[in-house]
Amino acid sequence: MLILTCPCCGVMADETELSPGYEAHLKRFGPGSTPEEFEAYMFARKNPKGVHFERWRHTYGCGKWFLAARCTATLEVFGTYPAQVSEPPADIIARIQARRPDWKADWQPDGKAPK
Amino acid sequence: MSTRLAKGGRLINRSAPVEFSFNGKRLKGYQGDTLAAGLLANDQMLVGRSFKYHRPRGIVASGPEEPNALVNLGQGARLEPNQRITTTELFDGLEATSQNHWPSLEFDVGVVNNYAARFMPAGFYYKTFIHPRPAWKHIFEPFIRRAAGLGKAPTEGDADRYEQAYAFCDVLVVGAGVAGLKAAKAAADAGKRVILLEQTPVLGGRAPVDDTEVDGKPVEAWISALESDLAARDNVTIRTRTCGFGVYDHGYVLADERVADHTPGDGRPKHRLWRIRAGRIVTATGAIERPLSFAGNDIPGVMLAAAVRDYVVNYAVSPGDRTVVVTNNDSAYQTALALKAAGLDVPAILDAREVADGALPQAARAAGIRVLTGKAIASVKGRKRVTGVAVCAQAGEGAVQEEIACEAVAMSGGWSPVVHLWSHCGGKLTWDETLSAFIPDPSRPPLNHDGSAMVEVVGSAAGDLTLTGTPVTIPPVWVMPQGAPIQLRSKMWLDYQNDVKVSDVQLASREGYVSVEHTKRYTTLGMATDQGKLSNINGLAVLADSLGQEIPQVGTTTFRPPYTPVTIGALAGESRGDIFQPLRRTPMHAAHEKAGAYFEPVGLWRRPYCFPRAGETHEQAVHREVLNTRASLGLLDASTLGKIIVKGPDAGKFLDMLYTGVMSTLPIGKCRYGLMCNEQGFLSDDGVVARIDEDTWLCHTTSGGADRIHAWMEDWLQCEWWDWQVYTANVTEQYAQVAVVGPNARKLLQVLGGMDVSKEALPFMQWADGTLAGFPVRVYRISFSGELSYEIAVPASHGAAFWQACTQAGKALGAMPYGTEALHIMRAEKGFIMIGDETDGTVIPQDLGLDWAISKKKADYLGKRGQERSFLASPDRWKLVGFDTLDGSVVPDGAYIIADGVNGNGQRNVQGRVTSTYHSPTLKRGIAMGLLKHGPTRMGEIVEFNTAAGGTVKARVRDTIFFDKDGEKQNV
Repeated sequence: MLILTCPCCGVMADETELSPGYEAHLKRFGPGSTPEEFEAYMFARKNPKGVHFERWRHTYGCGKWFLAARCTATLEVFGTYPAQVSEPPADIIARIQARRPDWKADWQPDGKAPK
Repeated sequence: MSTRLAKGGRLINRSAPVEFSFNGKRLKGYQGDTLAAGLLANDQMLVGRSFKYHRPRGIVASGPEEPNALVNLGQGARLEPNQRITTTELFDGLEATSQNHWPSLEFDVGVVNNYAARFMPAGFYYKTFIHPRPAWKHIFEPFIRRAAGLGKAPTEGDADRYEQAYAFCDVLVVGAGVAGLKAAKAAADAGKRVILLEQTPVLGGRAPVDDTEVDGKPVEAWISALESDLAARDNVTIRTRTCGFGVYDHGYVLADERVADHTPGDGRPKHRLWRIRAGRIVTATGAIERPLSFAGNDIPGVMLAAAVRDYVVNYAVSPGDRTVVVTNNDSAYQTALALKAAGLDVPAILDAREVADGALPQAARAAGIRVLTGKAIASVKGRKRVTGVAVCAQAGEGAVQEEIACEAVAMSGGWSPVVHLWSHCGGKLTWDETLSAFIPDPSRPPLNHDGSAMVEVVGSAAGDLTLTGTPVTIPPVWVMPQGAPIQLRSKMWLDYQNDVKVSDVQLASREGYVSVEHTKRYTTLGMATDQGKLSNINGLAVLADSLGQEIPQVGTTTFRPPYTPVTIGALAGESRGDIFQPLRRTPMHAAHEKAGAYFEPVGLWRRPYCFPRAGETHEQAVHREVLNTRASLGLLDASTLGKIIVKGPDAGKFLDMLYTGVMSTLPIGKCRYGLMCNEQGFLSDDGVVARIDEDTWLCHTTSGGADRIHAWMEDWLQCEWWDWQVYTANVTEQYAQVAVVGPNARKLLQVLGGMDVSKEALPFMQWADGTLAGFPVRVYRISFSGELSYEIAVPASHGAAFWQACTQAGKALGAMPYGTEALHIMRAEKGFIMIGDETDGTVIPQDLGLDWAISKKKADYLGKRGQERSFLASPDRWKLVGFDTLDGSVVPDGAYIIADGVNGNGQRNVQGRVTSTYHSPTLKRGIAMGLLKHGPTRMGEIVEFNTAAGGTVKARVRDTIFFDKDGEKQNV
């Protein structure tokens, strides 16, 4: 029963107020993409034991989607941020790096490090 | 025999006697007794039979760790099986019966299993009943289920009420022994909001039995002073009879308060389930004493040493005149001294250690008790109760040196800290050599959302075990005697409730089970309702020894909530009967009820399935409704239909991505049918879209799909195309909608009056705003039946009145309300698909011949890329066709179309399946739609559907439109 803070309305929301939405920062591949690209977009999920970026919706609150960075092994939450970004904000990255010095950024489908 | 002592008993009230019964026998006890204490006071040593061998079993413990003493409590609608008598408070009129025996507790036929025990080793069921395969289902399993098992499930609905409540605090303390009370006080002093939970009715834990002083003050006085101090504070809540049974993510704790177990039927809820969110959790859950493994350690009268002194000190109950104490540590000496102090005899203390010269052993010797060191029990004498013990050297193989007559044996194999709550959410353990026990590792705690430690463990649960102020040491003694031969090891019980012996774990190890998790499942060690509270560490040690490994290497099995069993009633709370789940009712619901509607659930909605008249079956009513609608006029409450407004400069572009067809080009005032797919290309929802104005569209969805589709739209708008200027609003409940259907539909609207609904003014697939009978309406001329049809939306507040106006005015035109089943039949007669019938999440629109609704020109829409995958584009897919049964019968729901030959599993090959099948009242025969391989190219072919009875139904392949192929009925 997680607690996540909705960045839109600021509520510290109990998991019962939220709906999960799987992995964040996926890049959509539509018509014209290769079978490999489409497969990666549709089915290949990182499912890591450790730092993970997820989509959540504050369904029974303000209704807004947001993104969360948390550790799937310890359930520590590094931060939540609005969904309207293509990569995690710098302060979230800094917090993760402070808590997990060995962590390497890997949220983009092409595996590129953050700018 | 066990009996009540003349004086003493700190928890019982001798001025409040109570009567209770066990297996029909009327017995007497006192207020404050547990049922276990009450039974022991009446010499009821034998309380049940074991699970597998049906061995006689007695009370072992005095708390929730009890493995044997489970009974049926109450009767009828208040019957509860598997109740632990060591935690059941005695009350006047309590009725208990023993379980797992036949025909009686004293004489049990199943005990033959005991004599066949040699032939029922670990994995016995797996090994024995595997062949022949069908015999398991028909012979072995039904027999084993009857013979084994615990209590019987009640057959009546629960007469009691349960409730749930939420609570929030800064610090939650679980366990109100001395350590818990101190932790609660410290947090309260710091100004924190504190909740203190205690599973028993009284605070103080073991201290009043085991200690004399706390912080230099007499123990009872210290406890009551602190209790009144805490109770007086505004920031502290104390809940007794409340077991914190599970720790979950981010400080979430579930606790079960047994509000009225001891006062049944007094009107209060029986249990209250607390959902607590705590900033920090302190567990002060104490430690549980471990049994010792010696032959016959399960015979009634063999008890944990601490339990024996609990019964003597708390309840003034003697387990017998003579009690032999057997131990590997000093704590059991307290039991010997307590028995002596109560005037009872302790013939000997058998200490497995070579040397025992601590303060307590010295006190025992000074009290004149015979202390034998380096000794063990070779075997316990007796069958249904203890009659004596045979003594041997711990270092040897069990050669009997002496026999000592006694009525009870008090054993202590050391203590296991209760680490369950620490471990539930990932707290790690470390092996403590001094205590021979797993203790919490404070450097690896479960974490809170902010990364701080979520749980702190204090007191003996943290391994802080002291006796008279000095730390306890527990030497490892896992088998007694050390070199016990198989004859003895096969009588040493590890898990009493599941009948697992030392020899079973050793056998599992020899058979190759090296993982503790696998051994647990193979032998069932620790898998009973006590979850191995007594057996796990001993079993682990035996396994480690057999494998030649250290205990920490072998590790523990996973601790999972709940710590103690929680009744389903508490978990369900008030969610039963009428308020099991919320119901959605349309504005016309009351009118439907009055009209005698038979309702069916559609999501959380309740929709009329049909409106049966007196003497009509549902089937007859449905057929009448279909025929009447086709012949004159039908009225349908279509309010549940999903209605989502999509508005904004980019709304058209957005809908073009959402639907397979083009919605941006839809002219204002017109309607268009659309399909929505998920990104894999599979059909997800359908409905009619109406263009309201330049930047506004209204999307109709299926009744069950409105919330899902609205969430789907928001997902794409918020997370993918967040720069598109589009708003969505789910207005499903803002409008009531009535479908006026049939040849007389236009006449009814003309009678209601107020707007022009002629063919010219309002052609098919258009909509118009206006008034009808004074109601503000939006009329959509759309049809899901093939009839002349208007769907009329009014504000929800007008729904009931408008429905009444339609039924009133419709009387003269032959109007009848119809339900969802008539709706389904009429759409099937016209070959219209239904989401959930023709689709199941693996069907693409192309499978259903809906290519006309898919834009070829659009570069992209959700699902387009998915549909391009080779297996979805394959011509070999099953495609939608219609079927006429040759004999006019109805194809069974779910039937498959068989093909030649059999597959690798010996099952008949199939080439398709039915998706919709009805008796058509219009055509007076069975009609069906279904998916068939190469279907559209096989018109006129005869295929066979299988039936549950084993036969087949022959049908001719045809197109899907069974009625009014040219659409003449709606084109008027």
